[in-house]
Amino acid sequence: MSASEGNKNTEPWGGFDDNLIQGTGSAVIDMENMDDTSGSSFEDMGEMHQRMKEEEEVTAEAAATEEDNGNDGEFLGMKGLKGQLGRQVADEVWQAGKRQASKAFNLYANIDILRPYFDVEPVQVRNRLIESMIPIRMINFPQKIAGELYGPLMLVFTLVAILLHGMKTSGTVIREGTLMGTAIGTCFGYWLGVSSFIYFLAYLCNAQITMLQMLSLLGYGLFSHCLILFITYNVHFHSLFYILWLVIGGLSTLRMVAVLISRTVGQTPRLILCGTIAALHMLFLLYLHFAYHKIIEGILDTLEGPNAPPIQRVARDLPSIVNVVNATVKSLAAAAMNSQ
Amino acid sequence: MAEVDEPGKPLFAGLSDVSISEDIPVEGDISVPVGSQNVDDVFSTLDEPVKDTILRDLRAVGKKFIHVMYPKQSSALLRDWDLWGPLLLCVTLALMLQGGSADSKEDGGPQFAEVFVIIWFGSVIITLNSKLLGGTISFFQSLCVLGYCILPLTVAMVVCRLVLLGFTGTISFIIRLIVVTASFSWSVFASTAFLADSQPANRKALVVYPIFLFYFVIGWMVLTFSPSQ
Repeated sequence: MSASEGNKNTEPWGGFDDNLIQGTGSAVIDMENMDDTSGSSFEDMGEMHQRMKEEEEVTAEAAATEEDNGNDGEFLGMKGLKGQLGRQVADEVWQAGKRQASKAFNLYANIDILRPYFDVEPVQVRNRLIESMIPIRMINFPQKIAGELYGPLMLVFTLVAILLHGMKTSGTVIREGTLMGTAIGTCFGYWLGVSSFIYFLAYLCNAQITMLQMLSLLGYGLFSHCLILFITYNVHFHSLFYILWLVIGGLSTLRMVAVLISRTVGQTPRLILCGTIAALHMLFLLYLHFAYHKIIEGILDTLEGPNAPPIQRVARDLPSIVNVVNATVKSLAAAAMNSQ
Repeated sequence: MAEVDEPGKPLFAGLSDVSISEDIPVEGDISVPVGSQNVDDVFSTLDEPVKDTILRDLRAVGKKFIHVMYPKQSSALLRDWDLWGPLLLCVTLALMLQGGSADSKEDGGPQFAEVFVIIWFGSVIITLNSKLLGGTISFFQSLCVLGYCILPLTVAMVVCRLVLLGFTGTISFIIRLIVVTASFSWSVFASTAFLADSQPANRKALVVYPIFLFYFVIGWMVLTFSPSQ
């Protein structure tokens, strides 16, 4: 039946089926992109493609079963008819099941939905990386934010790799399993969690920004984190870290803040939004440099107490301020444990 | 077999020197044997002894190993992909990385699973990335190539374990660093030799970068392996 409908279409791309216009089997009906075959209405393209494939398969199956019908029917007589019937039923069940499964797969696991967000050139990625460090001056009209996910995703993975590398150069040999898990969890958690939180705040503050743009903006802001951590894990000067934190971190924060200001109206909303993102951005870098392996060591030390620590550490020369931080956290943790 | 029957040949004898094909009647039936349509023939490999099946699969895996060690521009790895080789390599690597925790109480469990998950999920993410960037390679072909290109890092793991048995201290670290760096660059080079062709020309760098990160993480795990005392 679908084969006969398919024969009515004369265009090579399938024409306008009734099913297509009514949108049967599509979770999202993208009305405005019906005749746009550039690939933007992915569910419809997937559905058409699937139907065309199925028509070919059905005609091929029909041709094959016709031959089998002819051969087996006249050769095996009555028994052949029963065997033939059983085989046909099994074939029908198989085809129906396959059709359902592939329809569901095309509907929900269609990675083509993400395809336009990865449509970048290396030059564009490089330009956006550099632009993420340059604060803009024009805040009077909304600044354009590139909505792509390739750059931010690669930056998150790079941050994970740099954190792992940093664990090695700092001499801490923790069980590899938990290290990898916490690195990936931290970076992805920051990117996705803080993006969602700022998007929620932006929704409350009436800022003109979409979730994709927020993910992209914050993701490119991680470029400064990658740079600073890469440098300071190899050159162990704490004063250098503070300078880089202020300069490079500050530039990247200023860029994000300027973009958000240009898309928000009113003093208070601007203050809330930009203050939050600036605080989270800078504090995350502080956390990654100092606390990620230092405070964790401190807490583990306190929690495990008299037991033989399973972790072997090589102590670094710490400046006095970090000693103070470490001691504070230790005493806080000890106090918390004593009060329980 | 085609039979060309020309019953009117004497009639057209005079025109034999004129090469007009439509004047020459061609009759007969052309029946091309489609092959015995018996369904059972397709599954004939079920009847062979198990040893034959295993040896055939092992030989295919071995041939692909050779393709990885000497990466030329051949499409054998892509044409008949299989996931036996990547599974073997992944399990070997995960087993060898297992004895490296200093805490013998929780030996084995998290590490084997972590290595396994990282390798397979990393491969899936790289494959998705290359497909989203417009690659023409299929999902399992890409998994196959990425899995097979872990071979140099597995070899490096074996060498590192041997080095750790023999030497200690800075010398062993330097040797291991050189070995791991060499095998890591070999892996990246081998996988790009297979995968980069399926991408549009100007986006090769976008596909190579995550592969670089992936093998960097695996190489980092190999390098920082230190056996329990």
